[in-house]
Amino acid sequence: MSALNANHISMTFDEPNGNRVEALQDVSFNLKQGELLAILGPSGCGKSTLLNIIAGFLAPTSGAVINGTTKLTHSGPDRGMVFQQGALFEWMNVAENIAFGPKMAGVSSEETSKIVDDLLDTVGLQDFGDKAIYELSGGMQQRVALARCLANNPDIILMDEPLGALDALTREKMQSLVLKLWKDTGKTIILITHSVEEALFLGERLFVMAPRPGRIKQEYRLPFAEEGLTKDPREVKTSAEFIAKREEVLSMIWGMEEEIMGNNQAVGI
Amino acid sequence: MNMSLLESFKHYSGMSKSGINKQKTTTFGDTEAIGKGRFWSIISVFSLAVVWHFGSTLGFINPIFWPAPSTVWQQFITISQDGYRGFTLWEHIWASLYRILVGFSLGCLVGIPLGFAMGLSEKVRGWFDPIVEFFRPIPPLAFIPLVIIWSGIGERSKILLIFFAALWIMVIAARAGVSSIKLNKIHAAHSLGANKRQILQHVILPNSLPEIFTGMRVAMGVCWGTVVAAELVAANSGVGYMIMVASKFLATDIVVLGVIIVGLIGYSIDIIMRKIEAKLIPWKGKS
Ligand SMILES: Nc1ncnc2c1ncn2[C@@H]1O[C@H](COP(=O)(O)OP(=O)(O)O)[C@@H](O)[C@H]1O
Ligand SMILES: [Mg+2]
Repeated sequence: MSALNANHISMTFDEPNGNRVEALQDVSFNLKQGELLAILGPSGCGKSTLLNIIAGFLAPTSGAVINGTTKLTHSGPDRGMVFQQGALFEWMNVAENIAFGPKMAGVSSEETSKIVDDLLDTVGLQDFGDKAIYELSGGMQQRVALARCLANNPDIILMDEPLGALDALTREKMQSLVLKLWKDTGKTIILITHSVEEALFLGERLFVMAPRPGRIKQEYRLPFAEEGLTKDPREVKTSAEFIAKREEVLSMIWGMEEEIMGNNQAVGI
Repeated sequence: MNMSLLESFKHYSGMSKSGINKQKTTTFGDTEAIGKGRFWSIISVFSLAVVWHFGSTLGFINPIFWPAPSTVWQQFITISQDGYRGFTLWEHIWASLYRILVGFSLGCLVGIPLGFAMGLSEKVRGWFDPIVEFFRPIPPLAFIPLVIIWSGIGERSKILLIFFAALWIMVIAARAGVSSIKLNKIHAAHSLGANKRQILQHVILPNSLPEIFTGMRVAMGVCWGTVVAAELVAANSGVGYMIMVASKFLATDIVVLGVIIVGLIGYSIDIIMRKIEAKLIPWKGKS
């Protein structure tokens, strides 16, 4: 299987008022098949822009994204997306949402319903196939979004703050589900998050990004995702190592905030 | 505990507030906390009927200006048995409804695809925007003289007018429906491998249904008003025609009967549309 290669990606937006925003400046990285990359950074540092470029919705001002040997220029079913919320189709029930990808690809209905049943199982929604989307809680909706994305069997799964709208408890459960899916499917995953704890817990690799211009400020390789596969998540998150890393990353982000806002204002927050 | 008569009526007619709304202490401005007020609707309709009846029988209302309910009812019986001006009552009603249904359907058939195209394509939007924006605020009745010159006072003129009334409303509704889609949904569909046609059919179209339905309800109201007004001016059948002829003979009982029929049918159309809407778009307003 193939590796994902981001090659000197820069992105400049021209705002209507004539300002230029350097959303990304010379971002490069390599991701091996099956790696789980978490991206963390303050708002506006270009996380979504980077993900949209990889997804093929935006063309970078310069640079390229290469999957194996193919340069990615458009969106495609090889890269699945999971959004924070509001991306499910309310006019379809749970099963129909999950079946969307296979159905569009012309997969036979017997095979599709088998895929759907398997995935309902995988995400723990066995009895919810014919429920309407609006009848589900936020956490369940994100399970559907994950299943819908997996139904297409993509090489890479791109998640833009997928758990950002969930309450703390549901969020912890969903983090474990993401780890389980990652382990079971062996997919390459890129996951954006606002939460330092989530980034550390899920990111086998972690990029901390800085804004203005958006860039990768620090890279980590972390053991916690592997540990989370076998150990209790609370145990991992309360280990001395985890806490030490958390403080390190937090203080780096605080440093960035001060850099952005200037010291005087930062104190006032 | 002894319930007052009013309370027990409210209770047994299922019109009292239920669940959490009953327990709310801060209700001003909380639109969910105030009920439908069905109880008051019944009282309101009932008192209007009472005022009308006694106003007439006790001689407060001059029957030339506004006939007694019994007279209107009598006319209703007579006309529904003997017809009026060569058509039965049902034929008059059907004549009006038929014009609406044909004109409205044509308006949807042309307006919805055009609205979609305007929502999706810069070129189409550019071409049609000035035309739509120009015609939209013109009341369809302003075209009656022209329409009569073009196609006389036959069916075609009324249907053309109704078509015009529905067209712009549906164009704008469909266009708004297209624009209402969240970019997330479009991106999700693309990355699930759907092509343009599939995205249009399975994502954009169903997503726009709430707006389209709202447009249809508005259009139905306008069409009903337009057809009656058009029949007042130029027709030889229909509820509006009935009212117009009756007014020439100062037959206010028939005029009032016609007005009540117009009101009741307009109301029924809206109720039916709302029922269909609830059935077809159960997700509306729930996300
Ligand atoms: N379509 C756009 N037009 C102009 N500026 C944009 C656009 N999209 C994003 N930006 C700017 O690019 C920067 C990065 O945005 P984004 O990638 O959404 O950040 P993040 O997801 O990290 O919060 C921000 O400053 C944002 O204002
Ligand atoms: Mg973002």
